[in-house]
Amino acid sequence: MLSLAAENLLSPMTLAFVLGLVAALVRSDLKLPAEVQAALSLYLLLAIGLKGGVALSEADPSAVVLPVLATLVLGVTQPAWSYAILRRLGRFSRVDAAALAAHYGSVSAVTFIAAIAFLTAAGVPHEGFMPALVALLEVPAILVAMWLGRRGSTPPRDAEGGGGLWHELLAGKVTMALVGGLVIGLLTGKSGMAQVEPFFVDPFKGVLALFLLELGRMAGSRLRDLRSAGVFLILFGTVMPVAHAAVGIGLGYMAGLSAGGAYLFGVLAASASYIAAPAAVRMALPEANPGYYVTASLAITFPFNLTVGLPLYLMMAEALYT
Amino acid sequence: MSPTPMKLLTVVAEAALERRLTADLAALGARGWTIVEAHGHGRHGDADGDMLGGGNIRMEVVAPPAVVDAVVTHLRDVYFEHWGMIVFTHDVDVVRSEKFKG
Repeated sequence: MLSLAAENLLSPMTLAFVLGLVAALVRSDLKLPAEVQAALSLYLLLAIGLKGGVALSEADPSAVVLPVLATLVLGVTQPAWSYAILRRLGRFSRVDAAALAAHYGSVSAVTFIAAIAFLTAAGVPHEGFMPALVALLEVPAILVAMWLGRRGSTPPRDAEGGGGLWHELLAGKVTMALVGGLVIGLLTGKSGMAQVEPFFVDPFKGVLALFLLELGRMAGSRLRDLRSAGVFLILFGTVMPVAHAAVGIGLGYMAGLSAGGAYLFGVLAASASYIAAPAAVRMALPEANPGYYVTASLAITFPFNLTVGLPLYLMMAEALYT
Repeated sequence: MSPTPMKLLTVVAEAALERRLTADLAALGARGWTIVEAHGHGRHGDADGDMLGGGNIRMEVVAPPAVVDAVVTHLRDVYFEHWGMIVFTHDVDVVRSEKFKG
């Protein structure tokens, strides 16, 4: 099992992330243009959506019902207890607690994608429809957290609710690319996939490495914000993912998923959003401090999950299943 | 075609605000604007655009003084408190003034 952890740390993907971190720390000019980064994230989301859609087209509907319900349970409960912990123990203001809760309740598609790559390398099978659950978990948690933050108070004039917020959540690039890929995969099935496989499947890990390089650079450039984030947020950003992974793996087990599926479900629960949630939170809770929520999810929780979390959660899942 | 005095309004703001700012400009009577993506440095630190939308935009609007005043007041009241935003105006002479009037 330790060799698995070492294999994860020494995979080209993880090392590309480290390279990005180092580049940021030494102030190198190594940087992907924002447009290229956006295209890479579109590629990854569409590719994972396509694969999930094809799997969904072949799945027995009854096997999907319980995991879907479990996902919705996570989407409501995770932001609620995150919010309570941040308020009571962390002494955060209502909007800052709600902003952080939105990130930890929602999901990081790239952490999930890295987990699939890790699981495949470890030779553990999993249910193919899991990407559909990523799409499902993304939005509800953000809405629950925003409701918690705004409950009983008047939003400031620059807060966007209603139509603008719904547009940001449902027409945002993460949801559109992932759900779009799922639908295309569902409609075209295996024969459709065969046509685009050389582009969307074979180069996948290379593109992931390139994407993680830039993500490492973004995380590295926010490391200096860690000092202002404080010890509590560093603890929260590392302990909370492990607790959420335990809950997720347990729920996945109860929902009848395989060990690999429950592991991925644990990763879904453990990951914190850093694309969809920051955009929505900035719009709807403009008075919340991005120095907390972007730093926590991108500079603390993402690197933790990528290096320590992915192998740790697999150990947890395998312990439960044997 | 003699030059007509107008105001040029420049707004440097977080790129995430683009959709809302253009809606505000249209609602307050501006007839057109130009937007470029921008990066730089200021009190909010470095604004070097990455895919988290960390970058800025620079908007330029030419309009009659009354429209520009209304836009400035609106921006100040709504966005100044929580958003990175720099606003300044210049007096300009424009040709083809019919392009800018409501």
